[in-house]
Parts: sequence; C-alpha cells; structure tokens
Amino acid sequence: MTLVNEPINRTQRIKKYCRFRKSGIKYVDYKDANFLLRFLNEQGKILPRRITGNSVKFQKKVAVAVKRARQLALLPYVTDSLK
Amino acid sequence: MELNQYETVFILTPVLSDEQMKDAVEKFRNVLKKNEVEFVGDENWGLKKLAYPILHKNTGFFHLFEFKANPTVIAALELEFRRDEKVLRFMTVKLDKHSIEFNARRRNGEFNKKSEDKKEGTAA
Repeated sequence: MTLVNEPINRTQRIKKYCRFRKSGIKYVDYKDANFLLRFLNEQGKILPRRITGNSVKFQKKVAVAVKRARQLALLPYVTDSLK
Repeated sequence: MELNQYETVFILTPVLSDEQMKDAVEKFRNVLKKNEVEFVGDENWGLKKLAYPILHKNTGFFHLFEFKANPTVIAALELEFRRDEKVLRFMTVKLDKHSIEFNARRRNGEFNKKSEDKKEGTAA
C-alpha cells in the first residue's frame, strides 16, 4: 500500500552554494576577523560545512584562516558570547 | 635563490611607551634591511584588544610587515623575535599568488570599510 496521494511535506530545501565560488573570492584573509566571525558559532567554534554550505576547498581555507587568527588573538579559542 | 613573498604580524606588549614601540619596530625593520629584503607593505594596527590574555596582558600593539625575501632570512628574523621579550607573539606567513593579489588590492584601498563586506562577504 504505497502512500500515493499522501502529501509528503518535504520542506522546500534551499540549494546551498559556496559563497566563495559564487562571489569569486580566492583568498580567505586571516587578518579580517569580522569576516571570519560568520563561520563561527557563539562559542567561537568553526561551523561545519553542512551549515555554512562551503565547498571543501574553501572550508579548509576558512579553517586555516580561523586557526591563524586565533593564534594572533584576533579570534578567541572559546568564548561564551561571541556575537 | 628566488625571492618569496612573506607577511609577518607581531604583537608588542602594551607596557611600552611610544618611542620604545617605534624603535622596537625599527629594530625588526633593520634586521630585515640588513639581509637585503624588498619591503612591499607596512601596516600599523596600533593598540588592539586581544581576544584572550597573553602573558596576562589584554591589549597588544599589532604591526604588520610585508616583504620579499630569501627563505634563509626568515630564520634570522624569527630568531630576533624570539630573543626580544617585548614581543608577545609573532607569525610569518608565506604568500601564494592569490594572497599576493589580495594584499595588493587591499593595500590600494579597494576594501575600504564600507565595501569591505560587499567585496569580502557573502554575495547572497
């Protein structure tokens, strides 16, 4: 008995895209802290790819940039209220 | 040996007076000048709040050097950084072609504060 006419409420999932490829940014600057804040959650942890929608190449660049910024105390390693 | 392009950011302790700060920066610039380094850029971010205390200090005096140099020069520079106790932290980064182009654009003010987010940020 297949659910033929059963309305499957599949929420319209917006297609995630990699913002770097779309806007043509080639280099993620580790000195620009307030841009990197977009990729951190409230505790200052790096957001996973499935949330940010980045491609593998740019997620790695962001991760390297965030770790460098943390080394230079531009970004905290852990905090309770980042935003 | 062909020259690579490097970028060094270092943090000086905030306890220094102004001219001590200046001649500390001068000292490192002379270290670079001695080994025939070609300076590309130089930025002074001044006193900034640190995200976490380093050596019990909450603010630091940031300075950025950008230069073309032989790889051997970096060891000498970093040795100098390690010796000097006024330096809280330093980081030298080798620049690839994307970052060189990015820094060039950044230096001639393409990313001023207003359009910083537009250019850098999301295109959504």
